[in-house]
Amino acid sequence: MVTTFVFVLTAAVMLVAALIAVLKDNLVHAAMGLVVTLFGTAVLFVLLESYFLAVAQVVIYVGAIAILIVFSIMLTRRVGAHWGRQTNATWPWALLTAGVLTVLFALMVRGWDPDAVLPAAAGVPEDITARLGAALVDPNGYVVPFEVASVLLLAALIGAVYVAWGGRKAEKETQG
Amino acid sequence: MAFLQDPTIVVEWLRQLFLGWGLSPSLASLLLYVVGALALATGPLLWVIFLIWFERKAVARIQDRLGPNRVGPYGLLQPFADVLKLLTKEDIIPAKADKVLYWMAPILSLAGVLLLWPAIPLGKGIGGNVNVAVLYLVAVGTLSTFAILIAGWSANNKYALLGAFRTVAQMISYEVPIVLALLVPVLLARSMNLQDIVAAQDVWFVVAAPLAALIFFIASIAEVGRTPFDLLEAESEIIAGFHIEYSGMKFAMFFAGEFLHAFTTGVLGAVLFFGGWRGPGAEAYPLLGLFYLWLKAFLLYFVIVWIRGSFPRVRIDHLLDFTWKFLTPLALVVLMVTALLDKALAAAGPWARALGLLVANGLIWLVVQRWLRGVEKRLEPPMVAQPGQYPVARYTPPEPQAAEGD
Repeated sequence: MVTTFVFVLTAAVMLVAALIAVLKDNLVHAAMGLVVTLFGTAVLFVLLESYFLAVAQVVIYVGAIAILIVFSIMLTRRVGAHWGRQTNATWPWALLTAGVLTVLFALMVRGWDPDAVLPAAAGVPEDITARLGAALVDPNGYVVPFEVASVLLLAALIGAVYVAWGGRKAEKETQG
Repeated sequence: MAFLQDPTIVVEWLRQLFLGWGLSPSLASLLLYVVGALALATGPLLWVIFLIWFERKAVARIQDRLGPNRVGPYGLLQPFADVLKLLTKEDIIPAKADKVLYWMAPILSLAGVLLLWPAIPLGKGIGGNVNVAVLYLVAVGTLSTFAILIAGWSANNKYALLGAFRTVAQMISYEVPIVLALLVPVLLARSMNLQDIVAAQDVWFVVAAPLAALIFFIASIAEVGRTPFDLLEAESEIIAGFHIEYSGMKFAMFFAGEFLHAFTTGVLGAVLFFGGWRGPGAEAYPLLGLFYLWLKAFLLYFVIVWIRGSFPRVRIDHLLDFTWKFLTPLALVVLMVTALLDKALAAAGPWARALGLLVANGLIWLVVQRWLRGVEKRLEPPMVAQPGQYPVARYTPPEPQAAEGD
């Protein structure tokens, strides 16, 4: 019953936050709604007993991506300035699509039993994090995608340094 | 007596009480969780009251003055006076400030600190037992960063926003050495669970990884925003930084959050590097373990206060250079050497491993010292004005007026 209570509470908060994220004109408020939605996703991961995924979600999405989004908003807008509308002229079609999807989802979860045991509770092994770590460096596992992702991040880092540095070189050329 | 051996019988007693009132078992379970959460949230906040007094007294004594000594014996009631003053202050909200975010930021800041406590093991079998506790600590740290960003933005004050940007830059820069230094106890204990890390410390990890402990300590002080890294909130810097527009109880929440965060850093340092709740007799009596943890955490907090009273503030560019050019490479080197050596010494007993790693840390430190000396030699000599070298302003006092009386 505790899990059901937590799930219902989290789902309600997430829905409200998601609506704020897509409907609010004030971009910072919308970004905060996004942050709450991402936190809610982490809580859902915890309910499914994937603890590592939950904290990874918070570290990556809230700690890096959401901060980046908020930084870019704060650097380009003033408080209290006119933000402009979030929705454009095609909103009736979007509402129609959302309504159809909602009806389909409702039909799908018609047989939901609040007291049923979550299926993941039976199958998540104890040492899941250790297994994930082993799989990431296993030659028969995911080591190649792991290395490729590292190279991608390195390329992004070098690109960021070059873009930030290039200004000084240009300055030296104009001075000389 | 049984309570001393196993404090969790309180939980069972409460559960029986709730069942006796006729509640269903699942509702009783839910209520127990709520009661536990409230207790965990309230305890540290009450302890902050003592921390505020202690810090003011300690810093005052370091500065050769008395500190609060009027309100109550030895000034012990001073924090209550502070709280009363802050509660009765006028609650000013700047015009055109973003009201929702302005109100939310101090709460988020304090929440970011309180959320650290559920992961901390307070004794054998009590306290947190989170599977991914170390990563959880990092995740919660990002919440504090967010709170500061919102605080700076919502005040509708470009200087507060600048202060907030600098704070966030400092905090995310210092998260990197913290995470790298946190990896070392995880490596040595083979688990991210803080209870397992405490259980693996037959020899305290500070012996096996003193450099990692030092990096964690320094980077945590910067992460919390204490002196010498409190550029962001000192009164002399861009008018007190991101919380310039906060007054009264909202400012008190930032203030209390910072003290609590400093103490939590002490608790985490004690858990990760100083054996946590372990000590003579702590296995049998979990509350004794809690006392040992508190003692170690308090000693670390005293060191933090001592550092506050002794060091000058670090400039923002020196601060960022320090983390990116010194702490992060050092943490990476320590991590690599510890990983290699720990695998090599895996078969030896705990003391042999610890001493082997201690020797390795000592060697790294010697290499770092040599390198630092080389860097010093290559820097320009400090600017000491030689006579006649630079134009130096000279002060000539005005001629004493004969007409002026004494």
